[in-house]
Amino acid sequence: MTAHPIGKPVPRKEGRKKVTGQALYVDDLSFPDMLHGATVRSPAARGKITNISFDGDIPWDEFVIVTAKDIPGANYVALILNDQPYLADGFVNHPEEPVLLLAHKDKYLVEEARRNVRIEIEELPAVFSLADSLAKKEIIWGEDNVFKKFLVDKGNVDDAWASADLIIEGEYETGAQEQLYIENNGAIAIANPTEGVTVWGSMQCPYYVHKALVKLFGLPDEKIRIIQTETGGGFGGKEEYPSLIAGHAALLAWKSGKPVKIIYDRAEDMVATTKRHPSRTRHKTAVTKDGKLLAAEIDFVIDGGAYCTLSPVVLSRGTIHAAGPYVCPNVRIHSRAVATNVPPHGAFRGFGAPQSIFALERHMDKVAHAVGLTPEEFRRHNFIHEGETTATSQLIREPVDMDGLLTRALQLSDYHAKRERFARENEASNGGFSKKRGIGFATFMHGAGFTGSGEVYLQSVVSAEATAEGKVRILAASTEIGQGTNTIFTQIASEALGLDFESIEIVQPDTGRVPNSGPTVASRTSMVVGKLVESAVLGLKQTLVGSGLLPPEYNEPDFKKACAEYIAKFGSLKTSSTYQPPPNVHWDDEKYQGDAYGAYAWAVYVAEVSFDELTYEARVEDFVAMQEVGRVLNPVLAAGQIEGGVAQAIGFTLFENVVWKDGRMANNQMTNYIIPTPADIPPIRVFFEENPYAYGPGGAKGIGELPMDGAAPAILNAIENATGISFNQIPLMPEGLMKGMVG
Amino acid sequence: MLITFNVNNESRTVDVFPMARLLDVLREQLHLTGTKEGCGEGECGACTVVLDGRIVNSCLVPVAQVDGSEITTIEGVAHQDQLHAVQQAFIDHGGAQCGICTPGMVLAAVDLLNRNPEPSEAEIRNGLAGNLCRCTGYMKIFESVVRAYQK
Amino acid sequence: MRAFVPNYQLTTPPSLADALALLNREPGVWKPFAGGTDLMVLLEAGKLPHLNYINIWGLQELRGIDVTDSHITLGALTTYTDVQSHPVLQSEFPMLCQAASETGGLAIQNRGTLGGNIVNASPAADSPPALLAYDAEIELISTDGSRWLAYNRFHTGYKQMLIGPNELLSRVRMPRNTRGAGHYYRKVGTRKAQAISKVCLAALAKLDDDQISDIRIALGSVAPIVVRCVQTEDALRGQTPDAGTINSACARLSQEISPIDDIRSTADYRLQVARNLLTDFLLTLRA
Repeated sequence: MTAHPIGKPVPRKEGRKKVTGQALYVDDLSFPDMLHGATVRSPAARGKITNISFDGDIPWDEFVIVTAKDIPGANYVALILNDQPYLADGFVNHPEEPVLLLAHKDKYLVEEARRNVRIEIEELPAVFSLADSLAKKEIIWGEDNVFKKFLVDKGNVDDAWASADLIIEGEYETGAQEQLYIENNGAIAIANPTEGVTVWGSMQCPYYVHKALVKLFGLPDEKIRIIQTETGGGFGGKEEYPSLIAGHAALLAWKSGKPVKIIYDRAEDMVATTKRHPSRTRHKTAVTKDGKLLAAEIDFVIDGGAYCTLSPVVLSRGTIHAAGPYVCPNVRIHSRAVATNVPPHGAFRGFGAPQSIFALERHMDKVAHAVGLTPEEFRRHNFIHEGETTATSQLIREPVDMDGLLTRALQLSDYHAKRERFARENEASNGGFSKKRGIGFATFMHGAGFTGSGEVYLQSVVSAEATAEGKVRILAASTEIGQGTNTIFTQIASEALGLDFESIEIVQPDTGRVPNSGPTVASRTSMVVGKLVESAVLGLKQTLVGSGLLPPEYNEPDFKKACAEYIAKFGSLKTSSTYQPPPNVHWDDEKYQGDAYGAYAWAVYVAEVSFDELTYEARVEDFVAMQEVGRVLNPVLAAGQIEGGVAQAIGFTLFENVVWKDGRMANNQMTNYIIPTPADIPPIRVFFEENPYAYGPGGAKGIGELPMDGAAPAILNAIENATGISFNQIPLMPEGLMKGMVG
Repeated sequence: MLITFNVNNESRTVDVFPMARLLDVLREQLHLTGTKEGCGEGECGACTVVLDGRIVNSCLVPVAQVDGSEITTIEGVAHQDQLHAVQQAFIDHGGAQCGICTPGMVLAAVDLLNRNPEPSEAEIRNGLAGNLCRCTGYMKIFESVVRAYQK
Repeated sequence: MRAFVPNYQLTTPPSLADALALLNREPGVWKPFAGGTDLMVLLEAGKLPHLNYINIWGLQELRGIDVTDSHITLGALTTYTDVQSHPVLQSEFPMLCQAASETGGLAIQNRGTLGGNIVNASPAADSPPALLAYDAEIELISTDGSRWLAYNRFHTGYKQMLIGPNELLSRVRMPRNTRGAGHYYRKVGTRKAQAISKVCLAALAKLDDDQISDIRIALGSVAPIVVRCVQTEDALRGQTPDAGTINSACARLSQEISPIDDIRSTADYRLQVARNLLTDFLLTLRA
């Protein structure tokens, strides 16, 4: 029994199940009489469906076939703008858009049948790029292709240009990125008008799926039940997408009266589901000749794909993070999310911030160079401190020491010595092909929790109940997707109650059993929901102490005895805790100003790269990730988050290229969409600093997305250091590096 | 057709299509769902099993070819309740996060240590190069393997 | 899993003779199925139109590595793992061992076979450039007998090869004449492991004083088939590998290969990197 488990490397709670192959993911489940479902998808990017034919030598009468006409409720995925249909009804707006559903007992026959459905489309002109959408080459959504826009306006940017010593501009682009959780999307549904709908699936947010299916079926809340199965990775790719696949499985189950399982194979998952929003950022920056930021004008655009889905929220986060951990009196950020005829883009770890931070941190190196300062000197001139305000005029109310983080990160990475050594060695030539080396960094922050009043709007609830045996059950909708939810909640509860690890149970998220603690996104699970876990279990203790059955100082046997007695007397012991915002958090949704996030984690990432003159490959050789995170709840889990996030960010920068052909991902196979293998990853060295956040459990801030933000700009800054060439688009493949080197 | 083979020291006979994937036969007919499908192309290693003493991607093995073979799946790694040192290390040192790559990764690591009891970091990276993980960034998987052989 | 599995046949003949008899009885109906690491990928993607296969995995006659004073002969079912562990291959044919070590991960290397790799005929395959550089010959057998063919003549066009519908590739042999040579194998792929090659060079040369003799240059992923660049070899034979020679060799190479743009890379990149690889190889000879 670990006393005071907070801060300790307590082993993963469900670890044993996972290492023995006993953990049950959705495709491991089976029901009697179960049918296999498949989704038939649009072959074209945009147009009118003129005919659907069922060809081939297939026993079609044995099949369950569902079209938009079979939808009992409303044909849209309830999310923000509700513009995405579950099944295309007459028109399609992106390749691979779901048109109809098939189910049959024989899983091989279902695939054969899918191949034999022909959907004919009278094509309309389509738009495939962000630039074409902005240029309104074709209006494909709403009046002007714009899902959402924001304007952040601080001070007076227009006046600042005149008094600037220097004005530096830059344009930066990021591409789409596939989440590539190793477990593909899947759902199993049982549905009928009498009992309602139950869906088991791989997901991050059971209550998002619940909300969507309520509308799809037109049923009351209590008739829809969503159960999360063990989930093999999410990274945002299973935030909103599961609502679609769950609804599809449920529609087939509803029509057939049988359980239906839909599991995507890798090719379908890659081609049809959400990806990270591509982006384009334009910076215009005014500085004094001493290197002080005077004004920043930022134009930030993201490509949302064919339907709105979560684009407004991704845009929001990207917008708020666009100006970074710097003091600048005049800031204007003008941002837009636009439509294109590709499968809708969606949540992916970082959620807009990796895109805008990439642009910013590349641009800051450019500005530094223009002013004649080193990247380090320039940052130090402009870092934000306690008492100063961000781009949204949020007052920083905690001690922030970006200078200290930077000093330590540069020390740990041996930055100065390496910079000097590389400069010398890169000059030397041996007549053949050599490896150039470089080192670069990025400084950034990441806000945890929902933006502004988002957490208040969510009204998250966590419940705790005690059993007669003295076990404590945590009931929350927050899902374990590998990040450590189960373990962290157990540590928090165990610490708060002084109970053994084994005495805490985490109830599998099931909307029929647990309250809505909000979605498992936005780096909020430990910081926001963890705090509710703490207060819910403390509520149990207070109830027991208040009842006189438990002394204020107690041990575990006392607690067990008190639970048994209380339940014998009163029948049950259950408490709930509802989110309360910290005081003094004010956010203006209209002006997009104020306290955007309750807490920021602060970071400096340093990348050392080599560049191979023969193959034009850039490789990360060493990586230092330094961050201040409030409090480290579990050092193994926390480091695991940073290491995993940095690896994904290295992929985002140098390996992962979505090849588009007529709006469709052409390289939708793991052979051709490249993520790093164990042979490709550098040593990732992780360091934490602590500065407790008063409203996080144990002082913790959220960290899940932070590691996605800093690697890309640090790597490209290092590549510029190695080669002397400025690259401003990612992914940066050897082909692109070669173009930059030889022209 | 009828195929007979040994899985985890137990003889099993199945009636299968000859070209059915060993992965599907293990999961669906033998209900050994510990072996996972991640890609169906032999890239991710989530479907790794040991076939006649060597690790293979079971998504690429037609069941007709395993008639008379010896197969070990993740379910056969622990001995009753006693976990293999690799499994225990993965729990203790963060080698598993979401767990979907873990069965394949554990089998590849056990195979590596059987052939090379004290591998260098480069040998660990090479030995696991056929197993992709999206959660961990591999660092704690390497550490888990090292801790396992140090035990 | 996209294919309609029930339609596929995979029959296991009890002996090699039975396999050949079946191929001869119904030529073109049956194709051999070895480790499956290529065919099963196509099956799962629903891109395997041929339905009838002969399981040759268990045929011991097709396994084994035989060494004589003049040759080393590998059975068609020699796996990449087998290749890497053979001492004569390690010391005299290191490029083949390196190619094997860079093919997929261990799980692929335990099942993928040289014979399967050759008849799959991908221009991006890793071992064939090494086999070309080592002047490999292949044996094709059938109920009519057996014949040896220089591997260099086997591939005639993209996925086209000189194998009859009743023939089976049974052995690969290479002459043991590499002593004293400089070997250079480099595969440039999409990542460090489990990568399909964008460009692959397998080159070998001996120096007579400071002049190049016995020069062999083979490339993958730069043409519809893997190629021996005989014109470039001609330009180099008898020359000293100085800057002028290197430049003309690169110019000749540019004319001799025809890389394309595809899902993985570009023609420009492949061409430039091929030139760089050749240059690097020639510089190693200088040292």
